[in-house]
Amino acid sequence: MSDSQFTINNAALCIVHCALIASSFFFFALRSSAQNVAGGTLHGNFELDAQYYRPDSLIGEPAVPQKMLENSFVNFIYQNNDFSAGLRYESYLDPLLGYDPRYTGSGIAYRYLRFNKDGLDVTAGNFYEQFGSGLVFRTYQSFALGYDNSMDGIRVKYNPAPGVYLKGVIGNERSFWTEGSGIVRGIDGEANINQLFKARADKPTNWIVGGSFVSKYQVAQSPTYILPQNVGAGAVRINFTSGGWDIYAEQAMKANDPSADNNYIYQNGYATYFTATYSEPGFGANFGFHRLDNMSFRSDRAAVTTNLLINYLPALTKDHTYLLLNIYPYATQPEGEEGMQGEVFFNLKPASPFGGKYGTDITLNFSVINSINKQVTDTIGDYTSNPFKIGNEVYFQDFNAEVTKKLSKKVKLIFTYAYVIYNKDVIQGTPGYGIIYSNIAIAELSWKINSKKNLRTELQNLYTKEDQQSWAVLLAELTFVPHWFVAAFDEYNYGNDIADQRIHYYTGQLGYTKNTNRITIGYGRQRAGILCVGGVCRNVPASDGITLSMTSSF
Amino acid sequence: MKGETFNTGKLSNNGKLMVIDFWATWCKPCVEELNAINENYAAWQKETGVKVVAISVDDARTMTRVAPFVSGRGWLYESYIDPNGDFQRALDVNMPPHTFLVNGKGEVVWQHVGYAPGNEDELYEMIKKVAKNDSVPASK
Repeated sequence: MSDSQFTINNAALCIVHCALIASSFFFFALRSSAQNVAGGTLHGNFELDAQYYRPDSLIGEPAVPQKMLENSFVNFIYQNNDFSAGLRYESYLDPLLGYDPRYTGSGIAYRYLRFNKDGLDVTAGNFYEQFGSGLVFRTYQSFALGYDNSMDGIRVKYNPAPGVYLKGVIGNERSFWTEGSGIVRGIDGEANINQLFKARADKPTNWIVGGSFVSKYQVAQSPTYILPQNVGAGAVRINFTSGGWDIYAEQAMKANDPSADNNYIYQNGYATYFTATYSEPGFGANFGFHRLDNMSFRSDRAAVTTNLLINYLPALTKDHTYLLLNIYPYATQPEGEEGMQGEVFFNLKPASPFGGKYGTDITLNFSVINSINKQVTDTIGDYTSNPFKIGNEVYFQDFNAEVTKKLSKKVKLIFTYAYVIYNKDVIQGTPGYGIIYSNIAIAELSWKINSKKNLRTELQNLYTKEDQQSWAVLLAELTFVPHWFVAAFDEYNYGNDIADQRIHYYTGQLGYTKNTNRITIGYGRQRAGILCVGGVCRNVPASDGITLSMTSSF
Repeated sequence: MKGETFNTGKLSNNGKLMVIDFWATWCKPCVEELNAINENYAAWQKETGVKVVAISVDDARTMTRVAPFVSGRGWLYESYIDPNGDFQRALDVNMPPHTFLVNGKGEVVWQHVGYAPGNEDELYEMIKKVAKNDSVPASK
């Protein structure tokens, strides 16, 4: 008993306190699948997504003269003691519908050389990095989203003393097959008090403090505006942990940065981010708040959509997985929003009053995002804003509850309910629609037929009077361990006011998995929608046809 | 970047085998897999000495959910967060769930992507084989 208690505390503490970095090369040399090359190892991964498009005028599919489109990459990493090198070859011939056509082509999109010795870690070439929570700097890649703002330049990380972490970066960001003209420079420092001072090593409470400064330089040649060529942004952060508590706060400020995003106004930007979480075995809760004011930050002042972003401002809303909960996903409004989110998780133990025989998991989540308070002060749009006053316009609200209950050894039920308010005018930037109020209910049943076979079904309903009105989804998925799965679903816009738009978006899929190889073939229709990862979204047009997806690592 | 920085080189189970599972709070199959393992975790530990390390790939958007999520589900795993995908890239993980079985010498002896109910039994068969002779099983 005391043993398992120890394990519980240990795990709970660790998850609260530990973030992870892969500065070590521990794994690389030890991979069995890796190839031995010149005393080092070579390994990597691969993904290919292709679609054959079937003309379908009913759903509004754009014309595809190539008939077939494809996105793919192969990633190679070479590792030899303190040295590593990598490259990623990407091919978009031509890019799948919904991806930026500027991706058209093939080539090496990412390559680097890196060494890591005695606490000094130097990368030349492309790299991904994040300062703090990303309010002033984050470069990352999402292949599914067609997002990659990797830096091309030099990164130095140094660990001069226990608990002290320093980083410096300089470079240009990737913009499809070229690089943005703006130079990005940044430094970040962090100190972990308990690691730094030996006397505090075993203390149950800890403080971590950090700060970063990022500046971009872009030549200004505007005949109409006098534009700043250098724009700086800085952030300070503090993280306090004690027992099950974890409290984090970060404040960022950006100097005036006239850009296409803010309509070329000359005023500072501000971002505030605060989170508090509490966890103990069987219970967890978190609360988050953020306020963003004129915080879009790019290395090219004229760039739009998701191109050449320097910072990361994720949505403060739940990231849902069910199909109908992703009809109205929120996208962050970097120019101004204020919001909060709260969530509780609890696990009702087996044989407790509502726990049933096998226990019950419950998650409740609520988020609300509004405009910021604003008083416009001149004709070009400069404004003042009271940070302690929330704006009146509702952008988004989501209340959702999820109950997971195991009914028997073989049958599990998940019930989800959500009420979502979505301001389509603001979120999609298309005035004239107004606000969409929707109620969504989902029942998922999983039945383990035997040790190899499992049937999972989902019944979903979204009810709304606005936009395209109501939707239903019926899904069935049969898995055969260890290799096969087959799934079919129909997303049906049954409530559409326009009778011939009550379309069935049906899809069938067959998949095969063996170790790290996974192949999926599908046939069907994809509804037009918005795919979001983090606060970043892209529009996906409707399509019809045969899809092929392969992933592997080697 | 919540909390302390942890060096992945320090991941170990004192010479015994380890499962490293990449997951995310927004990934349903991942949560199902970790739930399924958790139901038998105590027995697995007792019989083979295996340790399960859960690496969340949640980023700044959802990483504050990770600790309450793990506690709220009653999971007993040693857990870490990889918020900018550094460890994920280093281990060639396309997307979660991706499960690695690492032997006592720190060698990856088996890996698997995706999850369907019943995969945990296959994983445990591998764990038992490796625990018994600590050698690389023949690929199926």
